[in-house]
Amino acid sequence: MNRREALSSVALLLGGTIIGADIFLSGCKSDVKISSALDFSPENIAFLDEVGETILPTTAGSPGAKAAQIGQFMKTIVTDCYEEKDQKIFAEGIGKLNAASKTKYDKVFMELGADQKHDLLVAIDKEAKDYQKTKKPEGPNHYFTLMKQLTLWGYFTSKPGATQALRYVAVPGRYEGCIPYKKGDKAWAT
Amino acid sequence: MPGDTLNINNKATAQHTYDAIVIGSGISGGWAAKELTEKGLKVLMLERGRNFEHIKDYKSASKDPWDFEHHGQATQEELKRHPIIARTWGKSEPIIDYWANDVDAPYTEIKPFKWWRSYQFGGRSILWGRQSYRWSDFDFDANKKDGWAIDWPIRYKDLSPWYDHVEKFIGVNGSRENLPQLPDGHFLPAMDMTCVEKDVAARIKEKYKGSRHMIIGRSANLTAPIAGRTQCQFRNRCWEGCPFGGYFSTQSSTFPAANATGNLTVRPFSIVTKIIYDKDSKKAKGVEILDAENNQTYQYFSKIVFVNASALNSAWVLMNSATDVWPDGLGSSSGELGHNIMDHHYNCGASGTVDGYEDKYYYGRRPNGVYVVRFANLFGDKRDYLRGFGYQGGASREGWSRSVAELSVGAGFKEALTEPGQWTMGMTAFGEILPHHENKITLDKTKKDKWGLPVLAMDAELKDNELKMRKDMVSEAKAMFESSGIKNINTWDGGHQIGDGIHEMGTARMGRDPKTSVLNEHNQVWDAKNVFVTDGACMTSAACQNPSLTYMALTARAANFSVEELKKGNI
Ligand SMILES: Cc1cc2nc3c(=O)[nH]c(=O)nc-3n(C[C@H](O)[C@H](O)[C@H](O)COP(=O)(O)OP(=O)(O)OC[C@H]3O[C@@H](n4cnc5c(N)ncnc54)[C@H](O)[C@@H]3O)c2cc1C
Ligand code: SF4
Repeated sequence: MNRREALSSVALLLGGTIIGADIFLSGCKSDVKISSALDFSPENIAFLDEVGETILPTTAGSPGAKAAQIGQFMKTIVTDCYEEKDQKIFAEGIGKLNAASKTKYDKVFMELGADQKHDLLVAIDKEAKDYQKTKKPEGPNHYFTLMKQLTLWGYFTSKPGATQALRYVAVPGRYEGCIPYKKGDKAWAT
Repeated sequence: MPGDTLNINNKATAQHTYDAIVIGSGISGGWAAKELTEKGLKVLMLERGRNFEHIKDYKSASKDPWDFEHHGQATQEELKRHPIIARTWGKSEPIIDYWANDVDAPYTEIKPFKWWRSYQFGGRSILWGRQSYRWSDFDFDANKKDGWAIDWPIRYKDLSPWYDHVEKFIGVNGSRENLPQLPDGHFLPAMDMTCVEKDVAARIKEKYKGSRHMIIGRSANLTAPIAGRTQCQFRNRCWEGCPFGGYFSTQSSTFPAANATGNLTVRPFSIVTKIIYDKDSKKAKGVEILDAENNQTYQYFSKIVFVNASALNSAWVLMNSATDVWPDGLGSSSGELGHNIMDHHYNCGASGTVDGYEDKYYYGRRPNGVYVVRFANLFGDKRDYLRGFGYQGGASREGWSRSVAELSVGAGFKEALTEPGQWTMGMTAFGEILPHHENKITLDKTKKDKWGLPVLAMDAELKDNELKMRKDMVSEAKAMFESSGIKNINTWDGGHQIGDGIHEMGTARMGRDPKTSVLNEHNQVWDAKNVFVTDGACMTSAACQNPSLTYMALTARAANFSVEELKKGNI
């Protein structure tokens, strides 16, 4: 990524910056601490896979986030790249999401039907967006904002996401600045 | 026996003696080595960092995005070693280890300062953004005209043949524009603009009646092959190192040429701690190094020394040298060594969305953008500040990180994200910073690095002129976007800490008078004529164009001069 891209992604994603990138703008942390709240048990990985799959499900053209092992990806990024405060928010988010599920359907998330999962996450997404809009820049993030960003980022930069949902050309060989596009053509992966 | 020791010593000295020593292997050091070896000199190049070989050491270059464990993101563990880079956008997984270890080699921030350093063979030539613009006489004349600081001792005509020489060798692409403030060079074919960029450029031209120019960027990527190097394949992953040699770096370009002469010796892990100064001849005899691996001290001798450790490190080497004669170091007799530090201030501008063009796209990843040429304070334009700025930016279609109206989760959302989004355009300004005596670096002798060496203390900030200019940088970006039909315009000013423009310069400036400058018009230290400083340290003013091409041209010019002087017996 060059300077221009880095800047434009910061500029264009204002309010929706990939959290990992966002936190680094706030400066260095001298000590790497791993939040004790983190729990990536197989059950939780399966739960995160399901959250990811609900956000980006398998469709006719391409596999969903589960095929990109999104739960495992979230574990890696949250453990290695997140600051402690976001780790905590993320970890607590699993419980909060289940609590929201219980309130709405009287069942934990994993027990919901596909439509219920979808509707629940639509509602939580709205709540998260409203919250992010009004919070102070330094204020804590909403847990679902973290989960959704990790899902999009992890999926579209994964092999199935980049090569099946999008178009990936490792070595383009040339550059053409202005070519025709027709609706339905896939976006470039990078 | 005493005789034996003497013999061994003589032999050792002979083995440690070269025609020329080059300190640093980055953009300017690579050029010094190439020019000097090609002119037949035996050259020792001393590099403080590890070796870093072309292709072999570009470990990530053939990986796909998903092959990186953290998909490009640096980890907290890595950032611990790079607390300065952690404050910048350089904190990227594939290249995080290319940056200097900020913990081993710290510095003091009297005022906030972001110092982007790469301590390995090739210096920042691997990581650089490749934007390459000539300066013009508007720049070389500026100090004199404004009565600011001191006059440059050279003009465009002195450098223009050396710009030719450098461009022909490294390969710079660009379009011929015939603009006096941004002279055309010896160009490879220009890269394409996107459809939106073309139209915005045309609207700006019309709206400002030909007085403002948005042109395709000029970059040191090969749009046509040149000897020994393959043309750019448009992957835009240059800073990981390019296995095709598609852009200029020491590794792809100057080192192979220097090495082919058989006259070059490279010694990595060699921290040059001082230049050995001989009071009687008033010249340098060589340099002293600290081996970064075994902590031993060694001396090397030569007729000429080229100081190319990058602007601040070159000043550091000088400050540590000849302190028995000048307590503040070699070149400090003027009182200007370490002073007048400049950079380009940036990170402010505008972005917005562009309606239409839904049936247009592009192919390939262009490692370059568009450039808006300086217009402020030129050709009768008058502002409430001195000098000017340019913009770098581009227009592209949004990708998967955008938000989609009405959709937030599920199949429809996903399908929408598999197609490109609307067109957006953004640009950031790069503005000139004036030289101020009080913007300076000094040695902080109270703090030591991992090798027990004193570190630099940074004491520099933006002043009124730059702050006024920043307001204009933002409002002109907005005005130009508005006039070209861009919608939803967002302006931003992220602030600037000196160093963050990565164009730090000016700490050993050139001039016409030894009382007010460190170097003469040939980059010779006034106080030691066989010492040449040709990196950013030598700059008398900063202009607003990316500076590395000018460092290269100045280096080639000085190297040529040094060999002539050597032949004449003058140094
Ligand atoms: C991300 C990025 C983008 C950039 N984009 C652009 C751009 O688009 N256009 C542009 O013109 N410029 C750009 N630059 C700036 C450019 O990289 C520098 O101007 C250029 O590299 C300076 O060359 P140099 O030879 O002075 O120093 P460097 O290339 O930094 O090399 C200095 C070398 O000296 C070595 N060294 C330091 N101290 C010592 C010592 N005491 N003893 C021995 N060796 C020592 C270092 O290890 C290093 O290898 C960019 C830089 C970065 C990091
Ligand atoms: S964009 Fe060109 S020069 Fe840069 S890495 Fe790719 S092929 Fe190499």
